[in-house]
Amino acid sequence: MEKKPKKIGVYICHCGGNISDYVDVEKVRQSVEGEDIVFIAKTTMFACSDANQRDMVEDIKANDLDGVIVASCSPKLHLLTFRNVSVRADLNKYTYVHANIREQASWAHSDNKAGATEKAIHLVKAAIAKSRYAEALETNKVKAIKAVAVVGAGVAGMKAALSLSEKDCEVLLIEKEPFVGGRVAQWDAIAGTKESGKEMVKRLYDEVIKRSNITIMTNSEVIENKGSVGNIALKIRKIPRYINTSDFKPEELKKAVSVCPVEVSDEFSFGLTKRKAIYESEPGEYPQIPVVDMKNCTRCGACEKVCKAVDFSEKEEIVEFAVGSVLMATGFDPYTPAQGEYGYGESSKVVTLGQFKQMVADQNGKLMHNGKQVKNIAYIYCVGSRQTEGENTYCSRNCCTATIFSAITAKQKFTDINNYHFNRGIRSYGKQEIMYADSLRQGDIYLQGNDDNLPEVIVNGNKTSVKVNDILTAGKEVEVDADLVVLVTGMVPRADHSVGTLFKLPKGRDKFYTEVHMKLRPVETAIDGVTIAGTCQGPKNIAESVNSALAASTKAYSILSKGELETDPQIARIDAEKCTWCGACEEACPFDAILKVEKDGKTVAEINNTVCKGCGMCAPVCEPDAVNLIAYSSEMITSMIDALA
Amino acid sequence: MGDINKQTAKILVFSTEKISDPAIDMAGLLKLHYPPTVYTISVPCSSGIKPSWIMHAYEKGFDGVFIAADGSDCVYGETCTEKTGKLVGKTHNLMKEKEIDPARLRMAAMCSVCSESFVKQMRSFNEYLLKTLHA
Repeated sequence: MEKKPKKIGVYICHCGGNISDYVDVEKVRQSVEGEDIVFIAKTTMFACSDANQRDMVEDIKANDLDGVIVASCSPKLHLLTFRNVSVRADLNKYTYVHANIREQASWAHSDNKAGATEKAIHLVKAAIAKSRYAEALETNKVKAIKAVAVVGAGVAGMKAALSLSEKDCEVLLIEKEPFVGGRVAQWDAIAGTKESGKEMVKRLYDEVIKRSNITIMTNSEVIENKGSVGNIALKIRKIPRYINTSDFKPEELKKAVSVCPVEVSDEFSFGLTKRKAIYESEPGEYPQIPVVDMKNCTRCGACEKVCKAVDFSEKEEIVEFAVGSVLMATGFDPYTPAQGEYGYGESSKVVTLGQFKQMVADQNGKLMHNGKQVKNIAYIYCVGSRQTEGENTYCSRNCCTATIFSAITAKQKFTDINNYHFNRGIRSYGKQEIMYADSLRQGDIYLQGNDDNLPEVIVNGNKTSVKVNDILTAGKEVEVDADLVVLVTGMVPRADHSVGTLFKLPKGRDKFYTEVHMKLRPVETAIDGVTIAGTCQGPKNIAESVNSALAASTKAYSILSKGELETDPQIARIDAEKCTWCGACEEACPFDAILKVEKDGKTVAEINNTVCKGCGMCAPVCEPDAVNLIAYSSEMITSMIDALA
Repeated sequence: MGDINKQTAKILVFSTEKISDPAIDMAGLLKLHYPPTVYTISVPCSSGIKPSWIMHAYEKGFDGVFIAADGSDCVYGETCTEKTGKLVGKTHNLMKEKEIDPARLRMAAMCSVCSESFVKQMRSFNEYLLKTLHA
């Protein structure tokens, strides 16, 4: 019986205007509608919309289509969406073929509309060629380890770990620093809640240590990863604290700290204070176990003499874990102003927002700085953010609100201060606008500049002033004598991004880790099984970080929840007639998936379907061309080349 | 030989779904432009590309073929680099037999974030092909 000719549907997406602003989608449609297997060719405003998906299902059923092609964005975004549409229309999902005409045509060639359109036509024709050979396939299943490694134990990491632990899932919470809590542990008052940052961290930590399915590792970092989603083997370096907790006497330790001759700037207080090379945890830092900072310790031995718990014989450990998925919550660095940027490093009156918050938290009665009472405080916004000259062109989002909140807190605590906000347009979005109104009511003065008219810090002997041509008062020059200048510094990506490099996590233009799709896949990365949460993805406030942590943990668990993953059935296939068994494919296969078998009196290669990963390494080494990957056969690829040529 | 005074060379890129595809997609996302006559066919791993496919591309009029290889990032194992190198060597021999300039086949390891590197490679390959085939 003669095989029925294939009938397919082709849908070309405008993607709003993301594609159709640069690619003439109607021309693409007209160019492919006459292809022999194309039964339907349509353009659609949003191929991924519910309405279009419903139309596709109806088209497939009404016209008895054998397969569909959608020409839209990257398959990383919507391959699964449209495979599911095929399934809903009773087609095998592997009959679906995707053409990427957004990332690889409209956006890549937005400078050349004719070129982008021509390329899109060729890409869709190549997809049609592929569709001609696309087969209905059945999936294999492999075991997925129900364990997630959460990298970073700040608020986002701890919330993600807690969320995961509520499911039947093991959680490995890995923190590079000796203490959990991240940046929030450094803060006292935080906006929108009576709870301090330190209290919030304590509450989360207390909950984390109660959960039997969370293993917490501080002073530890991932140094190697192997495998792929479902089974990722991690090697973790665990640095010792050099404190024997079983022989720990607090009074001896206090002595050890006092005799330590090393003093370094304390990053916990934003450099406002010093700490020793052996130091106790600050309130808000957990676990409350001291640590020796070996990067700065001179091994003079003074601490060992007064404290038996100090144990330099402790060794670094390398521990191995296997997890199914990794959730990255590595946080941010606060922007450090350059020397001389708005007087930073030149005038002792110029501090960062982090330092100011610490000053407000630590002091009572009168706000003092360098032995003098502070009356006039000038806040300069967008330092290190929205840069017209510099790398950080993005808005750091939370700093407007953080500053307004800090100014309110300071005014409530030190009633005789005056707050002057030198801003570039306040961005206190949503409910945070209430705080802006509160600040205005308490008498704060807002002075606004813009990109061409930034505030200037003038240091003249002991006098420091800030001036700007205030656009809210018709550009009138306003100058304020400041006892303290607070630089509102935003968030920047971690300087140490080694763990991201290890997992090959893509970064966006702002150098933060980037998601697959801002709206549709906001916590997934291009790396299968690796999700991102919190400020490693971009500036966020605590609420937003927690939202993303809960989303990422749910996504991470959903991948593993069934305990097995469907593996791609697009594996290798042997043509026994062509095979002469030379053993080259067996030698090339890194997974021992090639078997030597006797078939119809002939020795030939056979694929072990459960072991084959579909890499295709066996295919090019086969001289008689007896090996092909399903979905990447020579017929299919050469046919695609013909369509592209 | 292709057309004289062609503006852009026709390049076929073999990329890999998990490693170099994201880099090429990100080049588009970042609007990093390269010649629109660069076409991509995705495969699971660069060590699975058959020399016959590359030769077929030349027969069909492609000026150059570029393998955006997995390199040491390959999810299928460390032998990928060596095996991809071998298939390139084998293809070079076939190209010599057909008197095709071996430099019309290029390979470079492209990680998932190598967008800028990809665009640089495409621009320089395009220049080379225009200079040698279409000057």
